Order: sequence, then C-alpha cells, then structure tokens
Amino acid sequence: MLINLSINGKDVRIDVAKDEFLADTLRAQGFLSVKKACDTSCCGLCTIWIDGKPTLSCSVLSIRADGKKLTTIEGLQQEAAEFAEVLTAEGAEQCGFCSPGFTMTVLAMKSELKNPSDDEIVHYLTGNLCRCTGYMGQLRAVKKYLEVLA
Amino acid sequence: MFTLVDLVQPETLEDAYQSLISKRSNTVLGGCAFLKLGSKRIMTGIDLSKLNLNYIREQHGFIEIGAMTTFRDVETSSLLKESFNGILPQAVSQIIGVQFRNVVTVGASVFSKYGFSDLITALLVLDTEVELYHDGRMSLQEFLNQPPKKDILTKVFIKNDQRIASCQSLRNSASDFPILNAAVSQADGRWTIAVGARPLKAELALQASELLSQANVLNDETIEDAAKAASEELTFGTNVRGSAEYRQAMSKVLVQRGITEVLAC
Repeated sequence: MLINLSINGKDVRIDVAKDEFLADTLRAQGFLSVKKACDTSCCGLCTIWIDGKPTLSCSVLSIRADGKKLTTIEGLQQEAAEFAEVLTAEGAEQCGFCSPGFTMTVLAMKSELKNPSDDEIVHYLTGNLCRCTGYMGQLRAVKKYLEVLA
Repeated sequence: MFTLVDLVQPETLEDAYQSLISKRSNTVLGGCAFLKLGSKRIMTGIDLSKLNLNYIREQHGFIEIGAMTTFRDVETSSLLKESFNGILPQAVSQIIGVQFRNVVTVGASVFSKYGFSDLITALLVLDTEVELYHDGRMSLQEFLNQPPKKDILTKVFIKNDQRIASCQSLRNSASDFPILNAAVSQADGRWTIAVGARPLKAELALQASELLSQANVLNDETIEDAAKAASEELTFGTNVRGSAEYRQAMSKVLVQRGITEVLAC
C-alpha cells in the first residue's frame, strides 16, 4: 500500500506491507537511528515523534502513519548534539545503543514539561531502558541539560 | 508477531462492523501493542483510525472517551485530571512509558478485558458504561461478565457524579505490569471497591462495598473489616508475578490504602 509521510521535513511516498511496522519502514529508508531491540513495546529504543509526540515506532503500523509528520534523531541533529555533549560529560553513555531513543524522549519532554521536577523527569523517561548506565548519570545529564537551556 | 493478510480502514462504523463479522479471523485493531505480542493470523485487520473515535468530552452529564483515545490522552486530559480525583490519569500513568501510552487505546484495553488492566479496575469503581456498535449501551460490569463477542466498542461513558476515587497498584518495578491493583470510590455514602490483576480481570467486591456503605462509623476497624471482606470474597490466582496467597494478602493492603485515601479527600 502506498502511504505519504513527511520524514524530518521531507515528503516521501512509500510502498509498505499491510502488517509492516514503522520501525522497519524507517530503517528501510535509511533512518538507522531507529533501533529495534525488545520488539515487545517496552524498551523505548525505537522512539520517534509522530506529529510531535514520542511514540514507539515498533508498535505503530506504517499504514497508520499515512499523512503524518515523523521526526527521527536525524532530523534533530543540533539539539541531539547539544544533549550528547552533556550526556558524555556526565558519563551517562556507555554502549550508546539506547541513546537515540533516549534523546528523542528527552527532547520531547523538554518541549512538553516546563521546569520538571526530578520525579517528573524520571516518570517521563521510564519507558527508555538502558542496561549500561544505571540511570543516575542520565538523570544528572538531563537536569544539567535543562539547566543550561534555562 | 501477528500476520495481517489484509487491512481495511473503513469510514463508517457500519462498514467496520460488516468487515468484522464477515470472517471469523477478522479482527479490530486497537493500538496493536499487545496484539503484536501474539502470533495470530488475521485475515482482515480493521483499523478504526479514520472514524474520529479519539476524543474526551463532557456531554449530558457524562464524560465520554472515544475508543481510539490513547492512554496518554487520558493521562494528560485536564477534564479527567479534575474528575474523580484524577483516578483515570493516575491509573494509566504507571503503564510502561510515555511512548507506549501514546500507542495503546482505551477501546482495545477495555474490549479485550485484559486481566492486567489498570484502567478497567479504575473504571469499574466509577459509574461507567460502554457502547458497543451492535449490542448498544450497557454497564461496564455487565460487559465484563459477557462472553467474548464480535462487536466494536465505540466509546466509554462515565457519569460525572463528582465521586471521590482512588487507585492503587503493586508492581515489581515502576513500568512493569501490575501484580495486583485496586480501586475504591465513594459517592453520597455509597462505597465501591474493585480489585484487578488477580491475575483475572477486575471485579467488584460487592459484599465489601456494602459492608463499608452500611458502616455507621468509618474507623481503622471498619476499614480493615471491609478490606478483609474484599480479600475473602474475590478469587485470586497464581502466575509468574505472584501467588494467589500473596495477591490475597496484598489486596487487603491496597483496598485499605484506597479507602484511607478517599477518606482523606
């Protein structure tokens, strides 16, 4: 089935299978920041924005994204680089496999919540799993990033 | 992973219903997050996303939630935050993560009668009805007690009676499925208690609710008695997350906490 998508501001028309999920569609289009890990909708590694909302691309049928605006980390290079600087400075990254999905959620939180408390940050980021860092470094990095922006 | 042989996006509920009943393996697609965990072969998947069923609104004394409304919409709705102590936003807010809650839908969760559902438990202690395209409007409790049928849940109605409510859950970790959940509400002296994730689907503790409603005075003793009655009248099962004995013991704690929280409001 042919669907129309806007991916990082660029309009594309793509032929997708009826039971194809967005993570596969995007990876096939070269957006390799979209990771497939758990494939059971619980790790957050495949997080992209659909019309500005952080969403698990592994769980959305591609056909349902017809006409929507998709954003991957490839479309947020500057913001991602700024956050990555703080992330590495705080020792909050090791293998880096979860970083694209984590960064997409952090940037979504930045636009959605004003001056979030520690609890609100943790609650918003609960859906992003990381097996390396133990999360404390990530929390420090997010707080520092928000402070710098303020 | 499930397989879809065909997919339709009907523009009317009648078309959707006709597609649904035309073949046994035809299935309505909700958020698909849970469906994709199985290996079902679906002849025709029926996608309701073009039927404008994504809304939360207040009409004629009822709050209406459309079937395609996501959990995240429930969580962030200012109307729902201000209603019933915000029990519904609170109930869904612990489910995995924001990205997941932007996918899963109210209609699919309620229609599927998932045992682990936090939402169903919370809805049960409110005056909740569901609307099915074919079978019409009925109370949530009646719907939950019916055997599975081919139908389409179009919306959930909640009487906006300003009742005070509380939901509680017990989880191994913040974003995990609940081991057990409970909800309690009170309106005009009438109490309602429900316990879910037993791991069976949520059920009302009718005797415990009556006991609490009839109590002349609500103190630690009567609250404990009601919580004990709830744990004794409901049945509990064992699965990987907990034993029946553990669930039964913890149900007392959650119900007690729920009653206490409602009384504090």
